[in-house]
Formats: sequence, structure tokens, C-alpha cells
Amino acid sequence: MSSLRIGIDVGGTNTDAVVVDESGTVVASAKAATTPDPFDGITAALQQVIIGVDVGRITRAMLGTTHPANAIIQRRDLGRVGVLRLAAPSSQAVRPGAAWPQDLHETVIGPSAIVGGGFEYDGTEIAPLAAEAVAKFAADCAGQVAAIAVASAFAPANNEHELRAAELIAAELGADFPVSLSHQVGSLGLLERENATILNAALLGVARQVVDGFHTALTGQGIEVESYLTQNDGTLMTAEQAERFPILTVGSGPTNSMRGACALARLSDALVIDVGGTSADVGILVDGFPRESSAAVEVGGVRTNFRMPDLISIGLGGGTVVHGSGADVRVGPSSVGYRVVSDALVQGGSTLTLSDISVRAGRLKGFGDPALASHVDEATVRAALAWTDEQVQIMSERMKASRNSVPLITVGGGSHLVPDTVPGVSEVIRPPNHAVANAFGAAIAEASGAVDRVYRYEAHGREACVDDAVQAATDAAVRAGADPKQVRITSVVEVPLSYLPGKACRVQVKAAGPLGA
Amino acid sequence: MRLLTVDDIDELTLGATLLGTGGGGDPYIARLMARQAIEDHGPVTVIDAAELAPDNRVLTVAVIGAPTVILEKVPSGAEFVGAVMSLANFLGEKPAAIMPIEVGGMNTLIPLAVAAELDLPVIDADSMRRAFPQLEMTVFTLAGVPAGPMSMADEKGNVVVFSTTTNQVSEKLARGTAIMLGLANAISCYPVTAGQIVEHGILGSMTYCTELGKRLAAVQRGETGAYDEFLSFANGRKYFSGKIVDLDRRTTDGFAKGTVTIEHFGDPDRTMRVEIQNEFLIAFDGDRPVITSPDLICLLDHENAQPITTEALAYGQRVDVIGLPCAPEWHREGFLDIVGPRAFGYDVDYVSLGGGRQ
Repeated sequence: MSSLRIGIDVGGTNTDAVVVDESGTVVASAKAATTPDPFDGITAALQQVIIGVDVGRITRAMLGTTHPANAIIQRRDLGRVGVLRLAAPSSQAVRPGAAWPQDLHETVIGPSAIVGGGFEYDGTEIAPLAAEAVAKFAADCAGQVAAIAVASAFAPANNEHELRAAELIAAELGADFPVSLSHQVGSLGLLERENATILNAALLGVARQVVDGFHTALTGQGIEVESYLTQNDGTLMTAEQAERFPILTVGSGPTNSMRGACALARLSDALVIDVGGTSADVGILVDGFPRESSAAVEVGGVRTNFRMPDLISIGLGGGTVVHGSGADVRVGPSSVGYRVVSDALVQGGSTLTLSDISVRAGRLKGFGDPALASHVDEATVRAALAWTDEQVQIMSERMKASRNSVPLITVGGGSHLVPDTVPGVSEVIRPPNHAVANAFGAAIAEASGAVDRVYRYEAHGREACVDDAVQAATDAAVRAGADPKQVRITSVVEVPLSYLPGKACRVQVKAAGPLGA
Repeated sequence: MRLLTVDDIDELTLGATLLGTGGGGDPYIARLMARQAIEDHGPVTVIDAAELAPDNRVLTVAVIGAPTVILEKVPSGAEFVGAVMSLANFLGEKPAAIMPIEVGGMNTLIPLAVAAELDLPVIDADSMRRAFPQLEMTVFTLAGVPAGPMSMADEKGNVVVFSTTTNQVSEKLARGTAIMLGLANAISCYPVTAGQIVEHGILGSMTYCTELGKRLAAVQRGETGAYDEFLSFANGRKYFSGKIVDLDRRTTDGFAKGTVTIEHFGDPDRTMRVEIQNEFLIAFDGDRPVITSPDLICLLDHENAQPITTEALAYGQRVDVIGLPCAPEWHREGFLDIVGPRAFGYDVDYVSLGGGRQ
């Protein structure tokens, strides 16, 4: 008998679960309402999905969750954090927490200090680690904060000072005192990485709650298996890692949705459009992974440097309101959202929405009574359709990585708006089971490793530098649990850097592979 | 004389990003520095050079290094004070005011932080009114005003003061020193008098930058007529709207070079090619150069009008290519030798966009 995996997605509204076999076929799926304590929603979804499934065949369980993201957005259950920056005498001109929204700053940021430490671009110390100042800061934090975040200059290149600071804090506050280190959380950019580390430390309590809830729900159903959480790039962390690095899960929702949609369509390179009631998101998968955004990503109003899927969102959804008529038609951005089921003309409501247009054009069937929208004149229908088709085309064009045509996978309740042919798109695909694409994306996630370093091509040659990065990423993926025989490189990005000597280039490499036995 | 407060910083930053013409360093950190300094020390007084006595000493201040390094090694603040004060000591003269060298990119905002800390006014003028990669690329060089003596400092207290014979040598010494001092340093150079600024400088650049930022912010908010008002304020023009279809990056020593190709929205056979060396330098419509250095090439996101930096360029971005005439003070004898297309190695004639706004 082949083994099975369970994928669970805790969204803002619904908690979805799927059981998937080794060939990637959906064996069972279920939906339950998301609950304030994630445990109840997960349990409800699990109970439904394992009906008729041989629980003994389940070997792994994967969870994708929006709990940490929502905790930040709603400023709830966040721990207070002591912030220690190892960079003095540099960096004093911008204090920790600069440019944070005031309410989040007040909730999260406790005592902070900038002490001696950190590294230069060439690997030498800015200053020796100020051990006494670190110990004093730790002592000052006792009883004041739930966790400490530590960030040193150039930690992605050299983590030595951060590791030593962690030891000093442990000596002062005990080995179990939670400490988040920036080199484990973010990439180049001290302020953004520090922000991410602070948020990570603030989320440790939420993470424990999520992971405990997940474990308890699984064991409650007699499922005793290895458990994992999905991270922003669509790959896995063990539950133990996720308890320590919850910030790495905050972008996993859209990633799981896109990866799930692609896998349901049995593709690894495609555009994915997720059309809801109010807005549509477009992203692109390359070799099975979402292309990442180059712009700074804000989480709860705080600038971070995460690898997040590059998504374009516009106000195009099933509930988008169509204003005016004939040549003067304007579409959106207002929307009736989920109320489309009562407010749309075809549902007996009084608002002309894009869903009504879809019904008139024959794109949407079995939704309300077409006769109720029959008075809308042809010119209005044509103009609204033309606008919709143009938006879909523009979003697809913006996302594409080359001039070649690629398939477009469409998911979500408003996906009827997407026409069957889009210029620049080879085909439009509407996969089965797309309602549980997120949970499916979690169930098929792989282990990964990533590297983000600055190399000097002049010293060692471009090829040797890129090879080094590739090897480091591969090793990291294997350490994360990937099967060494199946690890592959999923992306290599090189960005030349101005004003740095020695033909300096930033090299980012990612490797991934299915979990080993 | 006017007061610059925390509330003015966002418009100035947006203007500075635009005048960075794709380079000049991300002003984000400089913006945070200016905010903190003004919060700690109070608002900055901005004055015209003519408000000072002609023989009053004015010192410039800027960050020099590599933008990527500055993202990790955020300034301390002390290096800027160190550079200014050591040059003042060398000259035996206290500065009456601080001035930006470069209004464009992060160096637009750094002088504000320094002025707040030193409790000195900032002169509403500069020597580029855009970003350029080298410190001799100024209207002062054109006028024969020396960049030296000059000083550089790091955050640890290391300071060097150079006396130099030419502004080109100043650039070489500064670049070499920055590599040794950690590539995130302060420089104070062009010790000028208020009279020299009035005679040779680009006057009103901080105001110009703020006004430009204000008008671009209106475009970003989608206000009716804002795009035309923005362009007409700068005597600029939209040359092209299209999608990036090719991006070729090359690493050469110290310069991020590259070529970006944009396909016209309405006519796929029409392409614009923009040549990059840290900043956008030349734009070709087909084979014809249409915007050339020192005139400004700015790429704006077609959807939200946010200026795009060279490092953030990506295939598929939909962009507007805007040409703005450089400051009219550039149009003086010999300017093409230091900032024209051939100064950057392109065998292309300068195409004047006419006089820019004073």
C-alpha cells in the first residue's frame, strides 16, 4: 500500500484539508470554518477528511497557516521583544523600530540597544563584540520581554557575533530564553532583516500555539506522523523549526495556492490567476516555484526583505461593480464582494456586477437567473468584457518572464471572468479541485535550501562563484530533509553591484527536492 | 529662509528618487536618518546662498561608498560630523552652512541630517541636480572650482584630509579611500564660499526637488491633470510607454552596466533602448538617441508612477520613459567633456532637450 500525506490550509475564513497519495492524486478533501484557536478548525477539517481513509497509511502532515500573518495585521497575541543590534559605532543614525507603525511599535518593541560588533563588507570586524554590553542588555531585559531579537551588520555573510551574543544571553537568562538571530531569518539589508527578526521574536508565542494545536489535532485523530509547516517560498520547515521561525510562514498562503494550482494542472511553469469576489492576484511559477518580488515587502506596515511571491493584485472580481452604460462604462474598483450572491442582478439584487456580465456573455452558467440581467444593453456588456479581458491580458503580460507564450491557470470563485483565450497565453486551464488548491499546495511541498551572498568575480571567476553558491544551496536543502538524489536548483539570480571593487555580484540560489525517506 | 520639518521629508525623498535617474542610492535609509536627526535636534533651516555674506564658508557633505554596503552598514551620523569638522579645522574656518553636492538619490537627504545635528542651515543649491557616479561631475568642476581640500571619515573616528590638484584626482583618492574605509563613508569636499555658490552653483535645487516630488505624488494619487502638470513643471516630456522585453546586465569594475529594451505598447515593432551605468544615461528610440546625459532619463512604473531604480528593473515591467532637461547651469563651456555621452564611453552626440527650469 502506498503512503499518504495530509495537507491543511488555515485561511482567514476556511480551514481546508486534503489527503494526497504518492502520485499526487487527491484522495479526499474537506472544508471547515477557521476558529480563533486554530486547533478547533484543524480538528474539524481533519475529522471530515479522514472519513474512509486508512489513517495507518498517512506518513506526513503539512500545515499552511495565516495565523502568524493575521496576528501581526491585527496586533494580537504578540510578545514584547528586546532588540539588540550589533553594529556600533555604525548605524546609530537609524534606531531600531524606525518607521514602524506607532501602535505596532508600542505593542512589540521593548528595550533596545546598539552595541559594538558586526562586520564590514570585506569580512573584518566593525568592532569586537561588546560582550559586557550584551550581558548587561540581557540582564536589563529580564522580566521585561518575552524574547530578544539580535541583528548584526553583515550577519548573512558572517554570523559569528550573533551566535556569540546568543550564548551570552543564554548565560544570563537561561538556555530556554527565546532568542531570534537575524542571519536565520532574513537576507541583505540590516534594517529590514532586523525588522523581520523582531517580528519573528514577537510571534514565538503564536507559533507555539499553532504547532501545539496542529500536533494535538493530529494525535487526537490517531495520526502520529512527522509534521511540517510551509514557508513563504512554498517549501517546508519541520514543526520544530516553525516554532522558532514563524515569520517565515507569513507569506505561505498565496504561495501554496499558486503551487497547488499548478500541481493540480500537472504543470511546473505557468501563470496563475486567483480571482475572488473583490480582487484578482496574478503570479508566475517557474520550475514549480513562484517568482519572488524584488521590491521590499511590508508585513503589517513594517518593511522587511523576505522572499515573497511576486504578485500583482487589481480590483477585478466576481463582485466588481460596473458603472454607467454603453460607451461610458467604468468598471470597479468598488465591489460588493461576497455579497455578490445576493446583490448581483441575476441573484435578484440591484447592482450590475462583473458576474452579471459573465452570465450575459455565457462565461458563467448556473449562477442565478440570466433573465434578470437581460435588460443590460449589448454595448455595456461588450465594454465591460473588453475591460476585463484587457486587465487579464495586462496582468499576464506584466508577470511573464519572457516573450514566449505560457499557460494560464485560473482558480478562485471569480475565475469565470477569465476568458478562454488571452493574447500571449498558450492556453487557459481550469483545474479540478481548485477550491482546495492551498491545502494541496501544502501537501505537495518540498524541502529547500537557499543562499544569498555577495561574491567577487574578479578573484575567483564567475563560474566558480556561482558553483559555490549552488553547492551551498544544495547542501542546505539536504540538511532541511530533501532527498540528496532528487535535489535540483530552482533559481539562480545574479545582480551586479555598483561601486564595489572586484566585479562584485549578489548571487541568490535556491535548491529544492522532495523529502527523503 | 524656511523651516524643513519631518512632514516635508516624504516629498523631498520622492523627488530625490526621481532625480536619481535610476541610481544615486536608495534614499530610504537617508530618509530615516533625516527623520531621526530632525526628531532629535529640531527642524532644519533652509536658506538661499545669497542670504549669507559672500565670503561665508559653506561645506558640502555626502555619503560615498556602495549602496549595497550602506544597506548593511547604516551610517552612525558621527562620520558626517567628523568629515565636516575635520575639513573645517584644516581650513581654520567654521562653516556657516551645509550644502548637498548632489540633489538626486540618497545624498539629497544626508545633508539635512548633518545640518540638524550641527545646528547649521542647509543651502538650497547643489552642483548636479541629478545623480552622477563621480564627484568631479559637477558644475563646480566646469567653473574651475576645486573639489579639494576635502576630507573623508568613517564611523570609528578615522579621518583623512586631502589636498588635491584636480577634481579628477579627488575622485580617484576618494574612491580608493572608501574601499579601504569600509565603503560607507562620509565625504566633505568643495569648500566653497556663499559667493561662489551664487555665481557657479545650481540654485534652488532642494526646492526644485521638493516641488517635483510634490507633483509626482499627485500623479501617484491619480489626480486629474497631475501628469501634465508634473511634466510641464520640469519642462519634461514622456518619450515612450511600453514593456521591458529585454534586460542585459554586465559587471564591470565599480559600475553596474547594462541595457534595457522596452517595446512600445501600441506598436511592437518600435523599441526604446536605455543604456545604464549606475544611472540611466542614454535613451535610443530605435537607433536614434533621443535623451542623452546630462539630461535626465527617468523610468516610472506605468501603473503607479513610482521611479524605478536600475537594480529593480525586471522583464515585463510596464514603464514610462520620461526625459527631463538638466539644470540650465550645466550648459556651459566644456560640459560635454565631463558629463556628455562620450565622457561615459558612448560614441553618440548630445541631443539637447533645451533649457530646464531655473
